[in-house]
Amino acid sequence: MSELSYIKRPNRGLKIYAAAFLTVLYVPILFIPLFSFNDSLYVKFPLSGFTFQWYIELWERSAVWDSLGNSMRVGVAVSIISTILGTLAARAITRSRLPGQNAIVAFVMLPLVIPGIIFGVSLLILLSRLGVSLSLYTVTLGHLVVCLPFAVATLLPRFEGFDKSMEEASADLGENGWFTFWRVTFPLVLPGVIASLLLTFTISFDEFIMAFFLTGTDATLPMFIWTQLRFPQNFPSVLALASIILLVSFLLVFVALWVGRLGLIEPEESQS
Amino acid sequence: MADVQMSSAPSARSQRPSGLRSMLYKSETARGYLLLSPALLVMVVGMLIPFTILIAMSFWTRDGFDFDTTMSMANYQTAMDVPIYNAFLARSFWISGITTVATVLLCYPMAYYVAFHVHRNKMLWIILMTLPFWTSYLLRVFSWKVILGYEGVINSGLLGLGLIDAPLEFLLYSQTAVIITLAHAWAAFAILPMYVSLEKIDRSLLEAAADLGDGPARRFFRITLPLSIPGVISATFLIFIPTTGDYITPALVGGPNSPMIGNLIQLQFGAVNNWPMGAALSVILTLWIAAVGLVFLFVTRKSQESVV
Amino acid sequence: MSSDGFISIRNVGKSFGSFRAIESISMDIQQGEFFSLLGASGCGKTTLLRMLAGFETPSQGEIFIDGQPMSDVPPFERPVNMVFQNYAIFPHLNVRDNIAYGLRKQRLPKAKRNAMVDEMLDLVQLAGYGDRKADELSGGQRQRVALARALILKPKVLLLDEPLGALDKQLREQMQLELRRLQRSVGITFVFVTHDQEEALTLSDRIAVMQGGDVLQVDTPNALYEQPRTRDVASFIGTMNFLDGRVLSRVNGHTKLDIDAVGEIDIPTPHPAIVEGDRLSLAIRPEKIVLHRAAPDGPAMQGNLEMTSYLGERSHFHIRVPGCVEPMAVSAQNADLGEIRALEEGAPVWLSWHDDALIVLDGK
Repeated sequence: MSELSYIKRPNRGLKIYAAAFLTVLYVPILFIPLFSFNDSLYVKFPLSGFTFQWYIELWERSAVWDSLGNSMRVGVAVSIISTILGTLAARAITRSRLPGQNAIVAFVMLPLVIPGIIFGVSLLILLSRLGVSLSLYTVTLGHLVVCLPFAVATLLPRFEGFDKSMEEASADLGENGWFTFWRVTFPLVLPGVIASLLLTFTISFDEFIMAFFLTGTDATLPMFIWTQLRFPQNFPSVLALASIILLVSFLLVFVALWVGRLGLIEPEESQS
Repeated sequence: MADVQMSSAPSARSQRPSGLRSMLYKSETARGYLLLSPALLVMVVGMLIPFTILIAMSFWTRDGFDFDTTMSMANYQTAMDVPIYNAFLARSFWISGITTVATVLLCYPMAYYVAFHVHRNKMLWIILMTLPFWTSYLLRVFSWKVILGYEGVINSGLLGLGLIDAPLEFLLYSQTAVIITLAHAWAAFAILPMYVSLEKIDRSLLEAAADLGDGPARRFFRITLPLSIPGVISATFLIFIPTTGDYITPALVGGPNSPMIGNLIQLQFGAVNNWPMGAALSVILTLWIAAVGLVFLFVTRKSQESVV
Repeated sequence: MSSDGFISIRNVGKSFGSFRAIESISMDIQQGEFFSLLGASGCGKTTLLRMLAGFETPSQGEIFIDGQPMSDVPPFERPVNMVFQNYAIFPHLNVRDNIAYGLRKQRLPKAKRNAMVDEMLDLVQLAGYGDRKADELSGGQRQRVALARALILKPKVLLLDEPLGALDKQLREQMQLELRRLQRSVGITFVFVTHDQEEALTLSDRIAVMQGGDVLQVDTPNALYEQPRTRDVASFIGTMNFLDGRVLSRVNGHTKLDIDAVGEIDIPTPHPAIVEGDRLSLAIRPEKIVLHRAAPDGPAMQGNLEMTSYLGERSHFHIRVPGCVEPMAVSAQNADLGEIRALEEGAPVWLSWHDDALIVLDGK
């Protein structure tokens, strides 16, 4: 470590703090999978034995599969739509000199700084006044509002990360806007697009607040879990389901963040 | 190739640049707005129009199972007069205020550590810090229910070890539980903006301060902290605003003493079935958040000016 | 649609909002010329180049290339190609695919396309580098790829936006020679933007000197150096001394001048425009001044040696002359100096010159 400059000397106290921080961040979540393998209806120490029982039980309940299917459908639709819209918006924000641009960006990012419950009830009121009955479509609309800012925030640094002259060079070499997009712009922002698809899918898949107000008869997975919490005898299988969801979410998001940061020089998430 | 261009650009056309294609090629602005329009449409339909209707409804009143759409301040009057509403609001701000301060204080050293003391695998660290944020909020709150519960991890663990005789009641169904859970759930979100503003600080500034005679503590308070204030401010907003309106956490781990304004709003749209009242409470919450935010911004800007 | 040059710029102006980047400019560039736009940053040279490429639209006027008006032709249909300042090598493609990028529309058989790319790789001396990625290339190699990528399309005009700016001095000089060789061998019109006057003088057939969105003078390097028309051009290219004076009389081929710091002198009449009684500015290059320890015959100025800089082959002197605001700069071969070399600072010296060394400038 002697090659480090004076300012960068290691600090043992901070290092211990950082380790403790990460531990506290992760350990609580790990109790869910731990108890999902515990052979007891009650979540308490000491552990009483190892079992796959709750997972098997889960496998056999059609309501789980139905809500999984619902969440998948909403998630896929939301991730594709919000990533496409986010790509177009990020492209416009970084490449055009737009009057009122800052206000527009702030408007699109607004959902990040407004409590979700406000969106949920507002949309609920609008839909009921219009006579639209609640369904997976209304959940999708709600999730789009939540996910679009994240898609834009993921894609913006990508567009900012490569020079405008790349696209100009393509135009100069004879390609019109359409071909320039597919031959230069898209390959260069592809990691951002993949990251955005995975992130928005995960957010939608896990989203509860909007879904709570906007779900009709077809429950999404988090809604299903919420209703199951009322029945103590189902608690262990909820733990099993939660473990699976956590595992898949962690994997998806890890890949998304990793890919999303590839090749970006500045390690910066533009959410602030 | 050259021949094609000549025939496609006859000299007569050069005098009148017209047509949609020509306009789009010429005007980057028009093209920019065109690309933005789908995203803006979603935001208008999904956010702006609903919020307008929310405001309108907050002036209506309930009339049996229908609404009386004559404009009135009745809901706002009720919210002012009935002490319970103000109590809920005050409790929401109290809980999320404590949560925000605790989270920012706890996360700052972590952001500082990664920005200044992690040199290898920085990306891995950032991902590790932020990963939990992206996964199910419901499940993260749920995990605290498992831990803090009457027969949860902590109580059963301590009982088993013989450290306590009866379950600690204050752990679950209390404001403490809500604050712990909220702080844990939002920590990953608070770190990012603080990390970004710390990472941006030019290291040569610190070397200059050291060169001019400042020790580590003075360097931190005179250079690092002031320059990272923008990140602290965004972190504060990013935690304070959503936690003020939260209703899942109080519902799952809070007891009878900790429902927040979000629970009250949710009730109006559920069991109580008084949508206009719920709309009014939502508007009041938004206005309060905006007001607190503005005051906070004003104060921090003032204090930053006085530092400079 | 009149056009005299291969590229004809007619009354072209450009505003960004209220900022006028380019005043009304007219000039002609001939086919096969190596033409440079020279000026300090912000003079409008890059804006003019980008208007030739089609990335900016003129606010007024018209650009003709090979007789065709360009205002309605988008960049991707113009018969010009550009080498960007940062080279803009596509990072996701290798060298070969970068060079072949613009060939898509020609729908060539693969073998033919590969042969063309190989030919270009040879031309820019990058044979064997075809499979490298952009981030595996040095600055000089990136520049060659950018050149090859543009030249493979056989443009009528190649635009170069300060392509040597990012290179270190040694590589820059080598690339200058290579650019010149390349331009001769392909015979394409080059329009070259630079802020480096030495580079412009070395490379160009003609140079347009730009300042504040205007073109000051368009001339060959030799004419710009030896016969700058205005004080701005004279001071921008190389080092120049200025003298102020007045026209006394013009008599059959000779003009009598009264120079403030010198007195009355005779010069061969240079300029049709000067009139008796006018104030005028004269310019003289440092290397055209001869130093003496004693008063020479003929017109001369007397001054005191203020500073000497020894540069090996040459020496530079600053000489304070009464009546001149700036000290006179003099440059001489050390081999020619003789006794002058031993002078102390403050010592009196005399400055003389050949008749034809004095340049009469436009304006006061």
